[in-house]
Amino acid sequence: MSAETRIRWVVKPLVFAACLVPFGYLVWRAFTGDLTADPLTEVTNETGIWTLRFVVVTLALTPLRRVSGWNVLVRFRRMIGLFAFFYGSLHFLTYVVGDRFASLDFPDGFVAVSTLRNLVASIWEDIAKRPYITVGSIAFFSMIPLALTSTKGWIRRLGGRNWQRIHRLIYLTGIAGVTHYWWRVKADTLHPAVYAAIVVILLGFRLVLSLKRSRWQRPPVEMRA
Amino acid sequence: MLLKRASDVRSSEITDQKVYLRRREFIQAAAMGTIGAAAGTLGATQANAQSWPRVKIAGPIQDSGWGKGEKPNAYQDITTYNNFYEFGTEKGDPALNAHTLKTKPWTVKVDGLVAKPAEYQLEDLIKPHALEDRIYRLRCVERWSMVIPWVGFPLANLLKRIEPGTTAKFVEFTTLFNPQQMPGQRREVLDWPYVEGLRLDEAMHPLTILAVGVYGEYLPNQNGAPLRLIVPWKYGFKSIKSIVRIRLTDRQPMTAWQRSAPAEYGFYSNVNPERDHPRWSQARERRIGEFLMRPTLKFNGYGDQVASLYAGMDLKRNY
Repeated sequence: MSAETRIRWVVKPLVFAACLVPFGYLVWRAFTGDLTADPLTEVTNETGIWTLRFVVVTLALTPLRRVSGWNVLVRFRRMIGLFAFFYGSLHFLTYVVGDRFASLDFPDGFVAVSTLRNLVASIWEDIAKRPYITVGSIAFFSMIPLALTSTKGWIRRLGGRNWQRIHRLIYLTGIAGVTHYWWRVKADTLHPAVYAAIVVILLGFRLVLSLKRSRWQRPPVEMRA
Repeated sequence: MLLKRASDVRSSEITDQKVYLRRREFIQAAAMGTIGAAAGTLGATQANAQSWPRVKIAGPIQDSGWGKGEKPNAYQDITTYNNFYEFGTEKGDPALNAHTLKTKPWTVKVDGLVAKPAEYQLEDLIKPHALEDRIYRLRCVERWSMVIPWVGFPLANLLKRIEPGTTAKFVEFTTLFNPQQMPGQRREVLDWPYVEGLRLDEAMHPLTILAVGVYGEYLPNQNGAPLRLIVPWKYGFKSIKSIVRIRLTDRQPMTAWQRSAPAEYGFYSNVNPERDHPRWSQARERRIGEFLMRPTLKFNGYGDQVASLYAGMDLKRNY
């Protein structure tokens, strides 16, 4: 088996399956009644933390590739990024249903235009009013253009350079995601702090790299005159 | 009736709980993709898993009449979904970790501005008081709520016994500080020990109780054994657990949560749907076991009994 075949037909499917394990486990816990006394909160917390973990892994791939020289890592970037979006979507959906929908009034019954209108208003109000929801939605919404333009067709249409520029939005996702987590906890900031440190290191790596590169590329003084 | 329900739980169900209680460690291990390690973890944790002893309260428990018509939450939910940061900050942590707490012997120091300061052995503190059941709603500041059948006695009865001085205006409560027994205290999540306080008239109110049991049994450690406060019209964190000291004072005590986040948690912390937590609305709550959130009631629905304590006060400023 060639290296190419092995990556395509063995390693990639394995990584894909591994990325689904947290989801599968949630489903299993749901079916066995094992989601604590407050299942909606548990699902919200679990999908939220897994979103952040996948965002962090996505951000880690490039630095890891530079340091290790394993160029093969770039082939997993899109898949893992899309899984971040997948868990982010579940997280957002749980919030919309379990938090916003569940706290509505239903003056005209569940199935009514007013329900939809009130739901949208309630989400919008929450995003506008609660800073940790604001940054959380920034984190989620910033992933949407990345997911939409993740195909080869879009890379071609946009051109590599533009595509890359857009996909730097993932830095914003990371920063907003960590801030969302930090602002949500009541007193114990240990875990948010760990994620924040990782994101700072991963983004700092890029900053140092780009600073070095720009110094390199700057022409010598005498040539500029 | 409630007592019967508790005794209906078979010992076989308790054994099953051991596996149930260790589920998080299994999830984490499995999620890391290390299936072999996961199997090992499960095996290892099953071996040293702890489930708590369940002891029926000896002696009579009077029917207080409180909470008739409310449907109490399941024993399982009440004892496995806890905020007790002394044993970890996840809801499942206290049920997993609280077995290290030693509640026998247990002494409670009662001092400050009182005529009869004392250091009681727990049994001596409880003995003179008739125990009663009180089915109360508990509203957590995190927007969830339960209905819990406590067993306890009015705090007022103890306070009368120790005779507060005329200058006493507040009661300060302190939780045990012992990082060996309370592993959560090994990190400075809060400024340990946990401290709570009430105005003396709040403490003397007939709704305020010291609880020693739930569902007719002695409190499991994770629920604040062996002695905890219950103030049903305030957010849950006011109802301090595992009390070792009750002190009467003329100054408003600085509570643990006030110290941690003064803009978010005030001294009064009465349940109030009109005053939002800075980060979330308090207008509704999820009763554990329900999907749609209920509107939160002012004073957690105990306004008829306690609103007069706050006559003329701006409760948005005095949150």
